Amino acid sequence: MKRILSGNEAIARGAWEAGVHVAAAYPGTPSTEILEELSRFPKVYCEWSTNEKVALDVAAGAAYAGRRALATMKHVGLNVAADSFFYASFTGAEAGLVVVSADDPAMHSSQNEQDNRRFAAFARVPCLDPSDSQECKDFTILAFELSEKFDAPVLLRTTTRINHSATPVELGERSEVAPRLEKFPRNPEKYVMVPAHARKRHPLAERRTLDLAAWAETAPINRIEWRDRRVGIITAGVAYQYAREVFPTASVLKLGMVFPTPPQLIRSFAAGVERLIVMEELDPVLEEQVRLLGLACEGKSIFPICGELDPTLVRRVGAAAGLPVDRPPVEIAAVEKPELPARPPVLCAGCPHRGVFQLLSKKRVPVTGDIGCYTLGLLPPLSAIHTCGCMGAGIGVAHGAAKAGIGERMVAVIGDSTFYHTGLPALANVAYNKSNVLTIILDNRTTAMTGHQPNPGTGVTLQQQPSDVIELEPLVRALGIKHAITVDGYDVEALERAYTELMAHDEPAVLVARRPCILLPEIRKQWVPLHVLEEKCTGCGVCFRIGCPAILRSTEMSPSTQKPMALIDPTLCTGCEVCSQVCPFDAIPTRDQLRLAEEESHEGCSVPAPERS
Amino acid sequence: MLDHSSYSFVLVGVGGQGTLLASNILTEVGLAAGFDAKKSEVHGMAQRGGSVLSHVRWDRERVHSPLVGAGEADVLLAFEKMEALRFAELVRRGGTAVVNDMAVVPVTVSSGKGVYPDDAHLPRVFAALGARLLVVPGERLAIEAGTVKAANVVLLGAISKLLPLPEELWWQCLSQRIPPRFMEINQKAFALGRAAAGG
Repeated sequence: MKRILSGNEAIARGAWEAGVHVAAAYPGTPSTEILEELSRFPKVYCEWSTNEKVALDVAAGAAYAGRRALATMKHVGLNVAADSFFYASFTGAEAGLVVVSADDPAMHSSQNEQDNRRFAAFARVPCLDPSDSQECKDFTILAFELSEKFDAPVLLRTTTRINHSATPVELGERSEVAPRLEKFPRNPEKYVMVPAHARKRHPLAERRTLDLAAWAETAPINRIEWRDRRVGIITAGVAYQYAREVFPTASVLKLGMVFPTPPQLIRSFAAGVERLIVMEELDPVLEEQVRLLGLACEGKSIFPICGELDPTLVRRVGAAAGLPVDRPPVEIAAVEKPELPARPPVLCAGCPHRGVFQLLSKKRVPVTGDIGCYTLGLLPPLSAIHTCGCMGAGIGVAHGAAKAGIGERMVAVIGDSTFYHTGLPALANVAYNKSNVLTIILDNRTTAMTGHQPNPGTGVTLQQQPSDVIELEPLVRALGIKHAITVDGYDVEALERAYTELMAHDEPAVLVARRPCILLPEIRKQWVPLHVLEEKCTGCGVCFRIGCPAILRSTEMSPSTQKPMALIDPTLCTGCEVCSQVCPFDAIPTRDQLRLAEEESHEGCSVPAPERS
Repeated sequence: MLDHSSYSFVLVGVGGQGTLLASNILTEVGLAAGFDAKKSEVHGMAQRGGSVLSHVRWDRERVHSPLVGAGEADVLLAFEKMEALRFAELVRRGGTAVVNDMAVVPVTVSSGKGVYPDDAHLPRVFAALGARLLVVPGERLAIEAGTVKAANVVLLGAISKLLPLPEELWWQCLSQRIPPRFMEINQKAFALGRAAAGG
């Protein structure tokens, strides 16, 4: 039976069919759906680990224990997990260990662009690079087999266009793979990486790479498609699809395994064509391999190193390089269009982070940010984030600036899930090495950006098991931070009071701004739209400055000032009341005031509440 | 009516409008009709009110790239009017732009940094591109069917009218994605969309 599956669904399906027992991950676009999908299958333990390194250790432990195991992450997650990736390469395991890295060329949802095929070569780990969902499934199964055959972790490297494209997949059944061990292995020479042991493991990893290269010579996932021999293209991953689309007459060497590469197969392909092209997204990883064999080829001289490839781009640069394209690029009629306002992602209407950012914006303090929805606090009109590097970086950066003696008080903001991920060691550092950084934990009780995955603050696990919440304020106090306050993220006045109190101490301080994400299903049910009282609105514009997408500039002018009044879009407004609190003229009644007015209206006095459409 | 051995669709809109469900159904319809079919989209930050873009391709033989290039879409299905203008160049000469008569005003406009374009640009721009324009009041018809949430099904109904596939095929794929208790409303929404595309 064929079904349309996304690359992520296909990887999950492949892992399940391969008899995986344990899977661990930290959510990150474009990888998140793999574990979400796999967690719905029976007979697989799945968890959101606190970070990618922990996830890889969990998978390694399960594989040491003789059970097939999977760890999945986005490309930058493998940076976090790199330490574990390297030891796992030396130790190998007792059962298949597969790591998925979902790279994000063009940075659709990432802070950087990096080619994780490099990590495979770096750590001497074999790497598979699928070209569609069918290959996502097949290569996942193959990865478990290869891992066991060669005693190596296997990296399944994908890109956004593979993870988030959906193509037909032939479904199979699960093969139950019996656990290979009854007891945990006591094999220190293999699993205890002290120098004496590691020195013996390193040559084995090098030998293994040669063995894998020999296997790759005849492996069906590496194949030559002979067509016209004037041009031959070596390619892999999604670029293979673009090569077939745009250069249908060219011969192709499709590599399913991109590390190690098969030298003889590449040589014989090169010998069979007049012009050798290497077409790959991001880094010249394959091109370098080809050049190391002493073969002349063209690659990054034609195709860009930055961003994604796509057929239109490939056709244009291919035609310019004299390659046999399928047809000339489409001529688009020049058409005059009005200037279209951008539609940048914004903090949602009712976002519980808005209160904190309007405060920080008002205080004009330097703010080091982190990775999550709240990074959007950088956008105008709030403009209240001044650095953002990677998960967990903000607190350390604030501490460094403070220790450098900058003359301003540093504030770090971090989300709850990011705090558990890598914020915790950074805050321990602030506590112990004592800087006066104010850390604000934006506790929206979920991992919002990636689609509401549970975390240690939610009290439930990925597979819906209840668990004990790791409460933030007691945790922070246990680190030795004396000044910690938890307030409601919607309470503008309480936030300012707590901020002022915490800033009064020249010591480490933590403000936990707690309020669940407005998009959580149980919270959505509580939405009540507010509205503006036209007789009170002066068009002063204070509410426009909180950057709420539900607050519009009305075409009606205030009679008193002739400035445009505020207007609330009832389909977007959730009733968070941050605007009610910042309005100097009480022109936006709160929910309580609306309720009161409603009751009074039954007694004859009417303030109509708008209906939700 | 279009009748080719291959079709390219681009669906554009704003996060939260149901474009992803619509593109899933469209891909499944292609497969059910015996085409090879592929879909590509980008999630992530788009879920926070940004523009969203899905590509769907069908081919009697084989789809290689899931992506549709500029000037190559047989159908541009826009869930939002300004996004129709933004991605207008994707539709091919002789193709059709199905545009939902719905404006989602971005924060850049409400904060006074931009102006939402006038509706008059739509016929002018698509005429200049040599494409047919079909404006469908998706929300209004969805409310008529029973819920505003069915606007995406109204729009699928509209494009179903442009394609030479039996209506049952659409039903078969819709019923796999839509819970039975919402079926009646969605059937009505689909029929209203078909009617809006020319009876």
